[in-house]
Amino acid sequence: MHALSIKGLKKTYKGGTQALKGIDLTVQAGDFFALLGPNGAGKSTTIGIISSLVNKSEGQVEVFGHSIDTELEAAKACIGLVPQEFNFNQFETLLQIVCNQAGFYGVPRPLALQRAEKYLKQLDLWEKRNQPARTLSGGMKRRLMIARALMHEPKMLILDEPTAGVDIEIRRAMWGFLKEINQQGITIILTTHYLEEAEMLCRNIAIIDKGVIVENTSIKGLLSQLNMETFILDLPGCSADPKLEGFIYRMPDVHTLEVDIPRDNSLNKLFQQLTDKGIEIMSMRNKANRLEELFVNLVENGRKAQQQEAK
Amino acid sequence: MTHYNWVALKTIWRKEITRFTRIWVQTLVPPAITMTLYFVIFGSLIGSRIGEMGGFSYMEFIVPGLIMMSVITNSYANVSSSFFSSKFQRNIEELIVSPVSTWVIIAGYVGGGLSRAVLTGIIVTAISLLFVDISLHSLPVIIVTLILTSTLFSLAGLINAVFAKTFDDISIIPTFVLTPMTYLGGVFYSLSLLPEFWQWVSKINPIVYMVSGFRFGFLGQSDFTVMTSLLVLVIFNLVFSAIAWRLISTGTGIRS
Repeated sequence: MHALSIKGLKKTYKGGTQALKGIDLTVQAGDFFALLGPNGAGKSTTIGIISSLVNKSEGQVEVFGHSIDTELEAAKACIGLVPQEFNFNQFETLLQIVCNQAGFYGVPRPLALQRAEKYLKQLDLWEKRNQPARTLSGGMKRRLMIARALMHEPKMLILDEPTAGVDIEIRRAMWGFLKEINQQGITIILTTHYLEEAEMLCRNIAIIDKGVIVENTSIKGLLSQLNMETFILDLPGCSADPKLEGFIYRMPDVHTLEVDIPRDNSLNKLFQQLTDKGIEIMSMRNKANRLEELFVNLVENGRKAQQQEAK
Repeated sequence: MTHYNWVALKTIWRKEITRFTRIWVQTLVPPAITMTLYFVIFGSLIGSRIGEMGGFSYMEFIVPGLIMMSVITNSYANVSSSFFSSKFQRNIEELIVSPVSTWVIIAGYVGGGLSRAVLTGIIVTAISLLFVDISLHSLPVIIVTLILTSTLFSLAGLINAVFAKTFDDISIIPTFVLTPMTYLGGVFYSLSLLPEFWQWVSKINPIVYMVSGFRFGFLGQSDFTVMTSLLVLVIFNLVFSAIAWRLISTGTGIRS
């Protein structure tokens, strides 16, 4: 079953800005789906339309089979939204915020209090439950919004850049929590700027740019498009260019080697040449931004295609 | 009403009551102080020199009008500031993304305004008892007029907040429209004292019907019949409800 089905979705704002130019997208129930794109690509507009914060200009959106045109209330009941900006009342306590949200979805007060305890404890906020939300740190506020979105136990959780500005420790804890709830059956749609985050968490991905979907595939499929991998080798005994044959490489400094190796090539030849030259390899790692390079390429290719179409 | 809409209504109502009781120094104390000053200055000091009006002491005459004045001001202010703050802090999105129906949102906010207006009315009435013995002609008329007036001005506050873009926008109407209309609404004088032309002009002001109906409930004396007052209130309530429903259901000032 489709958790989300979008067909020909268009949005033109009052000033004439065309944020979405007719996107098609489907997300399977139970998926962990990433929606990626540069700033102003149309990610937040798409999420805004799905969650009723933005009026669409054209197209159809269905959430678990419920059209937002004809069964809006049923569609809304399936969604839990974690927006990009903090949008809770800063003067209310954490308990008031989460219990009120549950009430808006028709969850009776006694049940809301039970769920509040469950989710605030899971997100390590229970100790702060009677404090006004304004006293929380940025990371805590993000976690509060996740707890609030889960209070009516939605089938689908939409997170708009949930880890923006959050330190790495909290980010990893949030990833763990999101993976856990996804395993329990909640469909998750995530927008993020951190490609590492998409790679770590998501199974499928769509890349959107200038209101158009430029790629919609699995993370594995996306990574398989990388025909070259870059490795960084730490060579403390190396004092000059090792003159490697048959490899494309760079040396940011004399002790560091950056080598581009086709995915189907063995690394043995590289190790052999270095060993023959008496160079010791202390450590080796993947260059982290490989997915970023691919992302930039896809966005650029998409833009070129749009320009050609316009001609 | 479905179960979940009933739970949602209670939630919005509770949230609104919690809000204005949390900031009671800003919401409940000022009307008590202002009305005490009105009773002292207009009722006791000046009123004693005015003598009778409409067959009652001046203090007795102005008490219903002053209660109505606080009811109007507080119901309007409660909804306009609460709804606009929700827009400003963007927590109105909590309601917009949820399956709450438009009527429940309106009823929840109006319920909050009504609660504050009734509580303020009780406080002001209690203070007035320190200055004068109030007669009670018809409690049902007092209650119905109070509820209809609070509902009407809560709806007006909601409509104002929907269009407001800055905090200034929610103070313009109370300052430049509501206050003059209330002062010219027969709180301090009987319309029969006015020249015929100004009596006619006063009849355009809906607040004179509310003050008149409320005064009838206390004193049994009014400028218009109770039915006229209630009819005007019902018509205005229906019109303002329709406007509020249209604005909230289309997401005016909230959804882009």
